[in-house]
Amino acid sequence: MTETSSKTKTGLISPTRRGALKTLAAGAGAAATMPLWARYSSAQSSAPIKIGFGKHATGIGAAYGRWYERTSVAALAKINAEGGINGRPVELVTEDDGTDPRRAAEVLEKFASQSECDVAFGTLFSHVVVGAAPRAAELKLPYFVVSEGHHVASGMLNRWTLQPGITDVKSQISAMAPFLTDVLGKKVTMIFPDYAFGYDHRDNLAPAIEAAGGEVVAKIAIPPTETSFTKYFPKIPRDTEVIYHVMIGPGVLTFVKEMGEFFGPSRPELFGFIDSLEATDLSSPGLEFLEGTYFWEGMPRYLQDDTPDYVKAYRDAVGLDANGASTADASDVSTSAHMFGCWETLHIIKAGMEASGYQSTADRQKLIEAVEAMTMFEAGPDHPQGTKMFNGKTHQVFGPQYISKVEGGKLSVVKTVPYEETLYDDEVDYTSMSF
Amino acid sequence: MDFGPYLMLAMLEGAVLAAVLALMASGLSLVFGVMRVVNVAHGEFYMLGAVMAWVVTQFMAGLGGGAAVNFIAAAVLAPLIVGTIAAAADITILKRLDYDPERVIVATIGVLYIIQQASLMGYGPDAKPVIAPFNSRIALPWFEFGEEGFQIYFPWGLSTTSYKLFVIVAAVVLLFALRLFMTRSRAGLIMRATQLDGEMATAFGIPVERVYAIVFGAGAALAALAGVLIVPIQQAHYLMGGDALLLSFIVVIIGGLGSLAGTVVAAVIIGMSDGIISVFFTPTLAKIIATLAVALVLVFRPQGLFGVKSR
Repeated sequence: MTETSSKTKTGLISPTRRGALKTLAAGAGAAATMPLWARYSSAQSSAPIKIGFGKHATGIGAAYGRWYERTSVAALAKINAEGGINGRPVELVTEDDGTDPRRAAEVLEKFASQSECDVAFGTLFSHVVVGAAPRAAELKLPYFVVSEGHHVASGMLNRWTLQPGITDVKSQISAMAPFLTDVLGKKVTMIFPDYAFGYDHRDNLAPAIEAAGGEVVAKIAIPPTETSFTKYFPKIPRDTEVIYHVMIGPGVLTFVKEMGEFFGPSRPELFGFIDSLEATDLSSPGLEFLEGTYFWEGMPRYLQDDTPDYVKAYRDAVGLDANGASTADASDVSTSAHMFGCWETLHIIKAGMEASGYQSTADRQKLIEAVEAMTMFEAGPDHPQGTKMFNGKTHQVFGPQYISKVEGGKLSVVKTVPYEETLYDDEVDYTSMSF
Repeated sequence: MDFGPYLMLAMLEGAVLAAVLALMASGLSLVFGVMRVVNVAHGEFYMLGAVMAWVVTQFMAGLGGGAAVNFIAAAVLAPLIVGTIAAAADITILKRLDYDPERVIVATIGVLYIIQQASLMGYGPDAKPVIAPFNSRIALPWFEFGEEGFQIYFPWGLSTTSYKLFVIVAAVVLLFALRLFMTRSRAGLIMRATQLDGEMATAFGIPVERVYAIVFGAGAALAALAGVLIVPIQQAHYLMGGDALLLSFIVVIIGGLGSLAGTVVAAVIIGMSDGIISVFFTPTLAKIIATLAVALVLVFRPQGLFGVKSR
């Protein structure tokens, strides 16, 4: 610093003429010695395709972020081993979004302008997706979300945001409602988190239950940051036959434990979305209470007797043991019911890029149109969760849903609902919107 | 649920919150009372107590200890560790700022973020449970005057757990012990002397800086103890200090900064009202009313309910 600059009388640092010349000369020298690849950067022939992954590394979605990343890394290893996309290798550019909508929008910006990603991908929590998606449209950056919220198919988002790898809450609920009313009971009380994802459940459950001949007798909203739950339980009406619970965040274990302490031996039937206990060991203390209750699962956590070989291959690639925990650490339980969506979405990005002849970021619009034209995804190594139907107009996929019962501290699938029974009328046509 | 059992359940829940809050806020109040500084990192010491409880119980479980032994070890070790960390922060940071109130606030904000991010890096972002030393469900009876006269029955859902009752009792015992310590022991006398007039205390040979370090450590240890007590009910999570800090501030402002009795009374008021209002209305309304109470106290009685006007 002393050579290239000097302190003026006012105390400001200003470069000397000689120092400035030296720096310029050094810069020119560096440019001349630049490696060859950097000069041909506009050719784009074999440069890797970059997929920007917004990861919930911190904040309330951290467990999901960890497993979403593992699944994505495993999927890309498979895709690269099979020759990459259009002959080019694929790499993941991971950024922490802090499970925070504002941060997630900044992350998208970083993907588009700094790390020059081809597409953006990832993210479960619906408030994060809803907050970030408008920025994706402004940046004209394809945004593939794995969020299961109804916000994509409801028409709330935009043409640049797609959800081809995981089903949405509305179709999940319409698949579950007949089971609830036919098998468990007609009078349902629902307990849900007080934000967008919970509202998807709140708004869609009552019509689905009524259509199936039942009735929602109470709706109890709990703030997502709540840590103590006993105070909410007295609001459950006495004549409730089924409690439908779907909670997420760091407090879920407390939620289930306190529900057990509240009801004691005389509990109603319980039906939960596994979201309440994703990444949580079912043999944790306090969860004995869940024995004999039912859960929705996006994809079975525990290895079932009739698991097909391609699912076993998927589980091995991600590193899952028979209990759905990490093969490296049995206490590190996965988010099985959601993370398959990352695997499938990455395979759809590959298929879309190959169908559209994707070369560079100038082809982003062609990629969206190619994915919109897709219709069926057959079950197999690329789509281990099951056969799905994609609706290009609503940007939403429909797939099988699983209902499991807790037996001996494990989840056993008791019913599989095929995608045909989860469809509903279109609420939007994104293909009619401009880019 | 009938009104009577419902109210009883709300009050039990409120009492658990009040117990933990009283313990934690008394630490904040002790530090302010003696040192005249506001510790913004107090919530993080509470979080650190919970996290340390998890670390200690995991370590002890590895040695093959039972749930009760592990928990006792956590209750002893976690506050000690956290207190030592706080005392070190006092010696290395606050002392160098000459305990200047404004600069201490800024410095403890820094400490807050350092502790929070260090926990995130070391402990991870997940909420992890600690097994309670004992935890059995206790169904509570209720009475009514029906057609058949007075009778006792067990209403649906009216229950608590033995551990929750233990938390309430433990907090009462600890606060009583703290009061005895401050009023009857020589160390308490020295602390009160330092509180009344630091310069005069120095003149009488009291090592004021050492007293400050011990008080700051003890305040953090009280928060850590509150964290240890709550962690079998909730789970240890690196962001749990934020809400706890806010509630502690509400309590000490209403009770009067530096007044132990005021802190306890305010903790009971805030804890109970939070329990009851959350149950009968919404938790958000409970928070609104608590914050409104702070505003009203600040306007009409700035020294707090039990505080003494500064001289």
